[in-house]
Amino acid sequence: MMASLVRGLAVMLGLLLLWQLLVWGTGVPRYLLPEPLAVFEALWLQGPLILHHALLTLAEIVLGLVLGLLLGGLMALVLASSSLLSRWLLPLVIASQAVPVFALAPLLVLWLGYGMASKVAMAVLVIFFPVTVSFHEGLRRVERGWIEQARVMDAGAASILWHIRLPAALPAFGAGARIAAVVAPIGAVIGEWVGSAGGLGYLMLHANARMQTDLLFAALLVLCLMAMALWLIVDRLLRRLIFWQPDTLHAA
Amino acid sequence: MSARPPGFRIEVPELAFGNDVLLQNFDASFTGGGWTCLLGPSGSGKTTLLRLAADLQQGGRAIADDGMPLAGRVAYMAQTDLLLPWLSAEANVLLGWRLRGHGRVGAAARARARALLAEVGLGDQAGLLPQALSGGMRQRVALARTLMEDRPVVLMDEPFSALDAITRYRLQDLAAGLLAGRTVLQVTHDPLEALRLGQEILVLKGRPARLAERIHLSSPPPRPADAPELTGLHAKLLAALAGSPAPERRAAA
Repeated sequence: MMASLVRGLAVMLGLLLLWQLLVWGTGVPRYLLPEPLAVFEALWLQGPLILHHALLTLAEIVLGLVLGLLLGGLMALVLASSSLLSRWLLPLVIASQAVPVFALAPLLVLWLGYGMASKVAMAVLVIFFPVTVSFHEGLRRVERGWIEQARVMDAGAASILWHIRLPAALPAFGAGARIAAVVAPIGAVIGEWVGSAGGLGYLMLHANARMQTDLLFAALLVLCLMAMALWLIVDRLLRRLIFWQPDTLHAA
Repeated sequence: MSARPPGFRIEVPELAFGNDVLLQNFDASFTGGGWTCLLGPSGSGKTTLLRLAADLQQGGRAIADDGMPLAGRVAYMAQTDLLLPWLSAEANVLLGWRLRGHGRVGAAARARARALLAEVGLGDQAGLLPQALSGGMRQRVALARTLMEDRPVVLMDEPFSALDAITRYRLQDLAAGLLAGRTVLQVTHDPLEALRLGQEILVLKGRPARLAERIHLSSPPPRPADAPELTGLHAKLLAALAGSPAPERRAAA
């Protein structure tokens, strides 16, 4: 834990140094690429403003993530519950992904307004597919012996789903949820770019238009930190939830 | 157990995997309350017969001799332990209870599971996850889970295969004691194990498979491994198993 923190800090400092050297070496004007110090200055001076917008974006991301995981999980369960539903719905789920989701953003803003709803919907849309597909795959690929054994033990379909299929599919669900945690911020920010009155995406667009590049970078930095923190939390929760699955990749 | 454990018959008109006919016009009956051991070379259809009895295999059927369905009266122990990796050893033993929705597992059932785990030598490992157990320990948990089911008909596919010689000997005694009076069908590779436990020993051979040998033993199991009556039968069984080699399975099968 400590070591990984030190490693992360070292990488960060290295990148900052590189950035500073780049600015010094090329002499690019401040409105194209501000030096790190300027960005931190903006972060400090505009702190309350950034915080206000960051909280808005965070709320959109978290709401979108929770709703997306719920809806994706439910869809996977529906698909797994009946082969008839699966035959009719699965092509629909896949076709829904063939529509470039980002092209729908203006439409969502039109339908759901400039407020949070359209951004949450956007995040849900990008999350829904990876969660559904990976969870559904997990529900399908449960060890056959487990199911057979349960049938000999007189277990009903619901009992098998609850006691065997669901826990057995959790690792696959986890894979989908990790992807979801990474793409959720993208969905929310795209939604803000298309039309909004608040949020980090809005702030960045605004700062860009006024050549406040240092503010733009500061907002971007906060967005990155938020996304990373979100991923770490989701990863940690999933590891706790799927406690029986050891990490064999880098096991000592 | 309320009633006498039923005997059953397995009837198979034809059962084939692709072009490979495994069983044809096959009919075998198993005595109620008796312990039957199935011997035979790999791929001779032993596991398939067991799966037919457990209603897990299409192509044939198992009929109880008391006219009632066999389903619901069977405990089945597969060749692999099939422990659920997210449940502790004890919770795995209680799996049947959990699955049948008895709600919260009662104190009596829990105590029974603990006692069974202790009897298979895992009293101290009841709380461990399967991944913390060795292959032999896992098989013993699976055995305890099968015994926990407390069914009149018990089907076991090589239940002692992963155990060391001493533990195997001890658990054969344990199983013989706990399952006495029930209808047991056990697949094994070990002629001596069959001779220790079986009241009826069937040798399955050929393709399509047929019963090549049927030995009846009257003394009650478990028999000591050095019982004089076993020595001659051991040689006979080995001869029956080795005698005319079964035709090789086709590579495609």
